[in-house]
Amino acid sequence: MTPPAHPSPADPDRLPPTPAQTVGPFFGYALPFPGGARIAVDGEPDPITVHGLVLDGAGSPIPDALVEIWQADRDGSLAGAPGSLRHDQVTSAVVGRDGTAFTGFGRVPTDADGHWAVRTVAPGPHRPGAVPYLAVAVFARGLLHHLHTRIYLPEHAEGLRAQFPDLPEGRLGTLLAQRERAGVYRFDIRLQGERETVFFDFP
Amino acid sequence: MSRSPRTSIRDGATQREIDAAMAAADRVGPPDPHHPNRDYPPYRSSALRHPRHAPLPVVDPEAVELTGPVFGVTDVSALDNDLTLGQTGEPAGQRITVTGRVLDRTGRPMAGQLVEIWQANAAGRYAHDLDQHPAPLDPNFTGFGRCLTDGDGEYSFTSIRPGAYPWRNHLNAWRPAHIHFSLFGTAFTQRMVTQMYFPGDPLFPYDPVLRSVTDQAARDRLVARYDHQLSLPEWTLGYRWDIVLGGPSRTLFEDR
Ligand SMILES: [Fe+2]
Repeated sequence: MTPPAHPSPADPDRLPPTPAQTVGPFFGYALPFPGGARIAVDGEPDPITVHGLVLDGAGSPIPDALVEIWQADRDGSLAGAPGSLRHDQVTSAVVGRDGTAFTGFGRVPTDADGHWAVRTVAPGPHRPGAVPYLAVAVFARGLLHHLHTRIYLPEHAEGLRAQFPDLPEGRLGTLLAQRERAGVYRFDIRLQGERETVFFDFP
Repeated sequence: MSRSPRTSIRDGATQREIDAAMAAADRVGPPDPHHPNRDYPPYRSSALRHPRHAPLPVVDPEAVELTGPVFGVTDVSALDNDLTLGQTGEPAGQRITVTGRVLDRTGRPMAGQLVEIWQANAAGRYAHDLDQHPAPLDPNFTGFGRCLTDGDGEYSFTSIRPGAYPWRNHLNAWRPAHIHFSLFGTAFTQRMVTQMYFPGDPLFPYDPVLRSVTDQAARDRLVARYDHQLSLPEWTLGYRWDIVLGGPSRTLFEDR
């Protein structure tokens, strides 16, 4: 067997990465944690809810997907605090974050109807002039390697367009959350098919 | 758009049909030789769950994804890395130690990294209501654990060796024994979910999940190595598995 840590011939200065594998169907008792959807801190004056469906190529909801969010705080800070998975020291049970520090991390499994929701805050620009967004990783049974996408809030539609000038309008729209009512935004993730969500790769 | 021809494998396909589809996929090869092709017909549930568009490459040294969530001492408990503890009795099966280092692609150890694992019990059954195959649940084994890597990037778990289990991808489909792993890295681009396998498993050639990684050298990187130095007398068998996280990070950009 090949020892894992040796350079690859094509790229001698860099170790080849460990390959991805699907999250499978049975992550539900291991990865989700209490309060995983509650990214906003307690007393947040202006919380938002972002929610939607994860859909397959036939338009059917995916009940065994996992959605993760990573984002800047309202002031644009990307220095998320630890403590998303805070433990009770007596029982060792995960009790989740204490609501004081912004960890920037959310993790929610889809429900039986393919729906997910997080309660968070609109991210600020991560540098002066940056177009803010929520970074998303999607995992599912049947998906061999997770996918990255981004959620842009509707007020940043122009900035989004400027960032990806070559993307056709129809595809661009898949990155834009729809405002449903004050503080509530809809963002469906379509893994395949008509209106397939734009996914990203970071080479 | 997807490169491979639109083939779909029928419900109730035989292993022979799956073997032929895996051989065909081997000839095409994936767009990224390090990772599975998301469009992999022999794994039937991938058919409607892979994008047809190629992912859009992003090269932006200021992307949000070049940073990521951070975890610390409150995110794990002292018992979290021993899956044999926490119940009233000992789980059934053979006790194992699984340890290794988490590295970035330059070979630097990644300290303080959250590592999460989950697995089936010794009989091949998950503690999940949707796993209903007729193998016993083990009241002393739920099968998930967490730890943080130490200063040398090393993680370590004590567990029991998981059993192989049947699934319904095709007739007589069996997954080789494996442990699911989840890792973060220092950037969201390095986020990784994968599976670790045990050396010499006779089910390897039949399994479309493992074989979705079509490059043999890449596939070998998913297989742990038996390490006799790690085994403890009359107690545990030791396996060593290093993990290399790809993907750019803010620190890597700063090094350029
Ligand atoms: Fe599994």
